[in-house]
Amino acid sequence: MRLTPEQVERYSRQIILEEVGLSGQRKLLESSVLIVGVGGLGSPAAFYLAAAGVGQIGLVDFDRVEINNLQRQIIHAAADVTRLKVESAGAKLRALNPDVKVELYPEPLSAANALRIIGGYDFVIDGTDNFAAKFLVNDACCFAGKPFSHAGILRFEGQTTTVLPGRSACYRCIFPERPPDGAVPSCAQAGVLGVLGGTLGVIQATEALKYLLECGELLTDHLLFYSAREMVFHKVKISRSPGCPICGENPSITVLQDEAPAACPAEGAGGDGEA
Amino acid sequence: MKLIVGGKTKTVPDSVTVAELLELEKVETPGYVSVQVNDKFVRREDFAAFRLSESDRVELMYFMGGGRSRCG
Ligand SMILES: [Zn+2]
Repeated sequence: MRLTPEQVERYSRQIILEEVGLSGQRKLLESSVLIVGVGGLGSPAAFYLAAAGVGQIGLVDFDRVEINNLQRQIIHAAADVTRLKVESAGAKLRALNPDVKVELYPEPLSAANALRIIGGYDFVIDGTDNFAAKFLVNDACCFAGKPFSHAGILRFEGQTTTVLPGRSACYRCIFPERPPDGAVPSCAQAGVLGVLGGTLGVIQATEALKYLLECGELLTDHLLFYSAREMVFHKVKISRSPGCPICGENPSITVLQDEAPAACPAEGAGGDGEA
Repeated sequence: MKLIVGGKTKTVPDSVTVAELLELEKVETPGYVSVQVNDKFVRREDFAAFRLSESDRVELMYFMGGGRSRCG
């Protein structure tokens, strides 16, 4: 593919980087990233990946925009309340960069559709908000051999890691099993400062770009912890766990399964909401 | 004795166990924390028995979901 003069101009600030160049920009335009959950993490990640000229961006979210999302889910505007999140986000990405082909999946990610949807992309960003979805993204990416970025945020803190399945530690190497519902604090109960989604979501987008451009060192085999309160990043070395239920020596998970649906009387069954 | 917990030096009583450290650190959900000592995971069932030594590097890893957690 040849870049048009307009594309050369649009991406000039990154094309002049030695690690990108014209060939790197072509690579990005021919690449695809799937964003699961278009919320606090997925919004900034989607914006920056579209701006950088990632050629295809898939958005998975079955939810509609609510007013309490706007404090941190910056891709949605006041006029988008009640609109499907993927439609609201898709419109913003197309307006930002017509080079980007946006695919919308207004459905919950599940064991039934995850491998099919993930299979069509080069890299996956986990922007989900709940543990059933986070474990599903991990497991599906492990089965599909698909690289992905995990992140979570709570209160004034966030953490993230990048996983190359079969080659680096996965989410279950750190957390073998999902906690029971309500056992650990959620953002709905404990709150979150909106900017945390920006800090962590943009790190996830950075990892996607580095993976696609094959440059730098990925955040694999490390959990990066961020405290906004102390304004400190702390990087913890993680190793693949031989006892990991999915990527260990004797995996107990051999087929992709949905985690038992979370009982959530207030808002219906848990699915792949977004951070 | 001194431990390095999350990159910070902390003074704790000699030979505390992992479970006792979680109490000292006022960890909210001690049953759902992943703990590494000197780069190796300690199994949850061993928290009460695992004794820490001078200068051990301890990392506490917590579950973190996301923003609008429905059933997180
Ligand atoms: Zn693993």
